[in-house]
Amino acid sequence: MAIAAGEPAPEFSLARADGKPFTREDLLGKTTVLVFYPFAFSPVCTDQLGVYNELLDEFAAKGATLYGVSCDATWSQTAFREQLGIDIEQLSDFEPKGAACRAFGVLHPKGFPQRALVVIGPDGVVKWSYEAPKPSELPGANLIFDHL
Amino acid sequence: MPPIGPDDHVRGPEGARAVIVYGDYECPFCAALEVRLRALPLRLAFRHFPVRSSHPRAQAAAHAAEAAAAQGSFWAMHDALFDDQGRLEDPHLWERAERMGLDLTRFDADRRSPEVAEQVRAQFHGGVRAGVVTTPTAFADGRRYSGRTAVQQFA
Repeated sequence: MAIAAGEPAPEFSLARADGKPFTREDLLGKTTVLVFYPFAFSPVCTDQLGVYNELLDEFAAKGATLYGVSCDATWSQTAFREQLGIDIEQLSDFEPKGAACRAFGVLHPKGFPQRALVVIGPDGVVKWSYEAPKPSELPGANLIFDHL
Repeated sequence: MPPIGPDDHVRGPEGARAVIVYGDYECPFCAALEVRLRALPLRLAFRHFPVRSSHPRAQAAAHAAEAAAAQGSFWAMHDALFDDQGRLEDPHLWERAERMGLDLTRFDADRRSPEVAEQVRAQFHGGVRAGVVTTPTAFADGRRYSGRTAVQQFA
């Protein structure tokens, strides 16, 4: 089950596209939305990130930064982002595979992230989290806006 | 979800089963749904939900439909766009407008206007607020049907 509101974000390390780490420290001082998605290039993930990407200005106006998180390798995520033509930064949980997803409570038993959203406040505390009942169910951007 | 209102493009008999569709003109499932909806006695409202990353010409097509609406030809353009999704580049839009007898200069100015952009954006935002994430999404009888399910629902 996804980490609950009110809990501090766990210690974790994800890889940015340039190979540098993205850790708990990077959450501090701004509102962060982690968008966990099962697989790069899967059709439904494409729809979800495409819609969120259309709303980046609105998210920024609310002080929120979105990141896509999956267990795909950085190279796959970058190819996915470029093919989609989206700007949402991607964070890779490839090695050790799924460790950050597990820390946030969203690792599927079969080794990929559940489709989930985690909103973390500037203090590093989880404000809201959501896990889709099944991977094919896409959470609307309205859910994120409602919890910023 | 905003109910059908004066800003909506609506067709079909009053009192018929109401369906609100969020869609885009480059989306194949939207076209498949459209074919089914045309065959049914419904009161249909269509709202734009263009997602550029999936369908690069969806936005331009939505703007073309609104520009045609300014000359009273929304549904004619709507149908013409869905009927030939492979041809959505600018010359194809002009060709459609010409065929409909629209004032081309006005059509071209309108489709690039901030007002039309705002109309389309407002419909997109309305969809976002209603939880739309994929196209087509249809609202009918108080329920939401998305993607393939929407197409199957109206088969």
